[in-house]
Amino acid sequence: MKAVGIRLAQALVLVLAVIVLNFLLIQITPGDPAIVIAGQSGAGDPELLARIRADYGLDRPLPVQLGSYLGRVLRGDLGESFFFNESVTSLIWARMGPTLLLVGTALAFAVIGGTLIGTFTARRPESTLSHGVTILSLVGYSMPVFWTGIMLIILFASVWKVLPVSGMHDITYDGNIFGEALDVAEHLVLPALSLGLIYLAQYSRLSRASMLEVLQSDYIRTARAKGLSERVVVFKHALRNGVIPVVTIAGLQFGALLSGALLVEIVFNWPGLGRLAFESILRRDTPVLLGILLISSLLVIAANVLTDFAYRLIDPRIRIGGSVNG
Amino acid sequence: MIGRRRWWFVSLLAVLALVAAACGSDSSDEDSADTAEATADSDEESEAEDAEQSDRTQDDAPAGDAVEGGTLVIGSTQVPRTLNGLVQSGIATALPGAQLFASPLIFDADFNPQPYLAESWELADDGLSLTLNLVEGATFHDGMPITSEDVAFSVLAAQANHPFKTMFAPVTSVDTPDPQTAVINLSQPHPAILLAMSPPLLPVFPKHIYDDGQELPSHPRNTADVVGSGPFKLVDYDAATVTRLEANEDFFLGRPTLDEIIIQIFPDENTMVLSLEAGEIQMAALASSTNINRLQGTDGLVVTDQGHHGLGALNWLEFNTADEVLSDPQVRQAIAHAIDRDFITDSLHAGIFGAAPSPIAPSSPFFDSSIETYDLNLEKAAELLTAAGHEGGEGISLEIDYIPGPDEIQKNVAEYIVQALDEIGIDASLRASPDFPTWAERISTGEFDMTMNNVWNWGDPVIGVHRSYLSTNRVGVIFTNNTGYENAEVDAILDKAGQATDTTERTELYAEFQQIVGDELPIYWLNNTTFWQAYPDNLTNPPIGVWGTMSPMHELGFSE
Repeated sequence: MKAVGIRLAQALVLVLAVIVLNFLLIQITPGDPAIVIAGQSGAGDPELLARIRADYGLDRPLPVQLGSYLGRVLRGDLGESFFFNESVTSLIWARMGPTLLLVGTALAFAVIGGTLIGTFTARRPESTLSHGVTILSLVGYSMPVFWTGIMLIILFASVWKVLPVSGMHDITYDGNIFGEALDVAEHLVLPALSLGLIYLAQYSRLSRASMLEVLQSDYIRTARAKGLSERVVVFKHALRNGVIPVVTIAGLQFGALLSGALLVEIVFNWPGLGRLAFESILRRDTPVLLGILLISSLLVIAANVLTDFAYRLIDPRIRIGGSVNG
Repeated sequence: MIGRRRWWFVSLLAVLALVAAACGSDSSDEDSADTAEATADSDEESEAEDAEQSDRTQDDAPAGDAVEGGTLVIGSTQVPRTLNGLVQSGIATALPGAQLFASPLIFDADFNPQPYLAESWELADDGLSLTLNLVEGATFHDGMPITSEDVAFSVLAAQANHPFKTMFAPVTSVDTPDPQTAVINLSQPHPAILLAMSPPLLPVFPKHIYDDGQELPSHPRNTADVVGSGPFKLVDYDAATVTRLEANEDFFLGRPTLDEIIIQIFPDENTMVLSLEAGEIQMAALASSTNINRLQGTDGLVVTDQGHHGLGALNWLEFNTADEVLSDPQVRQAIAHAIDRDFITDSLHAGIFGAAPSPIAPSSPFFDSSIETYDLNLEKAAELLTAAGHEGGEGISLEIDYIPGPDEIQKNVAEYIVQALDEIGIDASLRASPDFPTWAERISTGEFDMTMNNVWNWGDPVIGVHRSYLSTNRVGVIFTNNTGYENAEVDAILDKAGQATDTTERTELYAEFQQIVGDELPIYWLNNTTFWQAYPDNLTNPPIGVWGTMSPMHELGFSE
């Protein structure tokens, strides 16, 4: 319990540091958000710009702006978007679901698929199939996510029209909930594949290496000597230990997955946090950008805490306070 | 299309389920057979549909009148920050804005004003007032009548808040002698006052909703619970993703033909074009020559440069005339002679965007085709440099900025110019900006040598041209006189043209202006970047007027 408390305290300090650092980094970049607010296509005038700076508090000293921002964040208020004229909280809330759906699906696909592929190839490491999977993993790992996305669109939505090009759902669809769910699932396939393929390649390599080692362990030899079926040996006894490195890396890589989601969301016009971040960066929409960075860091911290819990579920030795090495 | 795709998706799920169920068994051959069968079925359907589509395309024009109903999905890469066109310019706001709000006048493809909310109008002989006679029976979306009070409120609100300050600057007051009559009083004749009555520039807002003491630019009902006066009502507005509009049954010109218009925002034009090809959206405005070329010849799709010509979008290279080297017009002229404009239009822009050698767009009636075009002439460029004291480009080192964004219009051209200037010995290099605000700050504060820019005429020179050349408009804000150019004669000509109401007189004044700036060259104008449009060939009354998609779409419909 004490360890959990310390962990939470560390996380809070980390979040605070992230907020301050993000705020300062954005402030030191050149460029005036007031120009964007005045309208990129319009001319504007100095009076209008001055009024905008005053309205949004951009004319106040930096420490005052920082103090004011911190105070508002502590009250749960992330401010108003410069560009969208909407509260940052509502903007982020509306896009959190689509991003979590995309990232969660891609992660599940990569972890489950990668682990199964790795396990399968570890059982016959010198087979043609195993070598083929290794080569495919290398190819998958080498493909930039945006390129993969465009290729998948061209193949499955343009040439072979079996999946939609973009969006999260058909905006003209008017049907029942089941139909809508199916519609979203249909739209999810290509973006989740694009985002997940690169990690699928990594996790398959990682689980293959891990399973190769585990399958040589004494306790596996004992299990086989007891006459257990190969399926039970592999999936019940070996996989529990073999999957730990994958879980560790998946937790650590959650942040990278979120970054990848930004590119995927742009390519597939997926209405998530990544697209919002893209729009905000282009327009120097500081409050939205800060809000997204804050939420992203919270998600990454949460993912790491969940990874810790996942260890405990997978390996009883960790749950009872021991260590993997005994 | 959706139905066939859905069938495919369900089939795919079924196949996956079969594979999962059979995991560990040796039934993969059977699965493959199922998949192959499914593929064959789909191919047949696909061919049948292709044949059907091909037949449709052979009918070049839609037959008969539009059928009432249907949904038009428009793709756009422009993100609106507000739906209030009284406080915001640009196509992002004006596309939905023209559907939500009616304006006093609309303009045909030849810049002629046509009745809209104003059934008639009269410009006083002295040019000092414009009287609008509003149609009776027009109502806002909440059922309240549209009156002259609303027109007066809208004009004064635009004057106070719209970024185009010259548009309503001469307005002194708006009289409302009766609910159907609005008289706009001017301090001086204003030749652009009629154009300023059009949909993208003066949407008529309900005074009873928006004149409630709140700041108009940040009014909460700019994006939610919008009460408009136009042919469509706002159903849903999700920032940066979708704007959904439904037909206004009580529109004063009759119910719109379409049931619904959906504007879907795309962060990437390539994805938008693929969605257009796949039939997920039906219509889009296009800015990339690569995509325009790609779509040309697509079955069932009209791809045209008609419409949007009122915008007069120009791509140009502008000089910081305060720079020691670039202050000499001969150096600027030498640079112009080193650039092959034909290479830019024919190769970099694939022949899609035409040349625009003047500050006034070729689509404008005030364009002067006799302006010096500075064709490629390296010998002449070398002579001019020598005359300026820089033989062989000696001592000239310049940076070129460009607007960050899609590379095709700006960065690619800037990269070519760097190489072109090397031909005459000028050491040029690119300077990138990470985002628009950074570029805008560098240019508006004069911290640059040369920059690519993209500036729009907005129909009348008073609105979109004067701002870049008047010495009084060097105000440290982007899209004003950022070159530091100063010429008292030009100031006087523009001032006079800005008050003249006689078209012939204005044409002469603008011709004189173009000759002077064409000679002194504070800016080297390269090409137009007009938006193209793509829409289905069964779309009736497509928006091909001067404002293109920034026009009301109540007459649009599908012929089948």
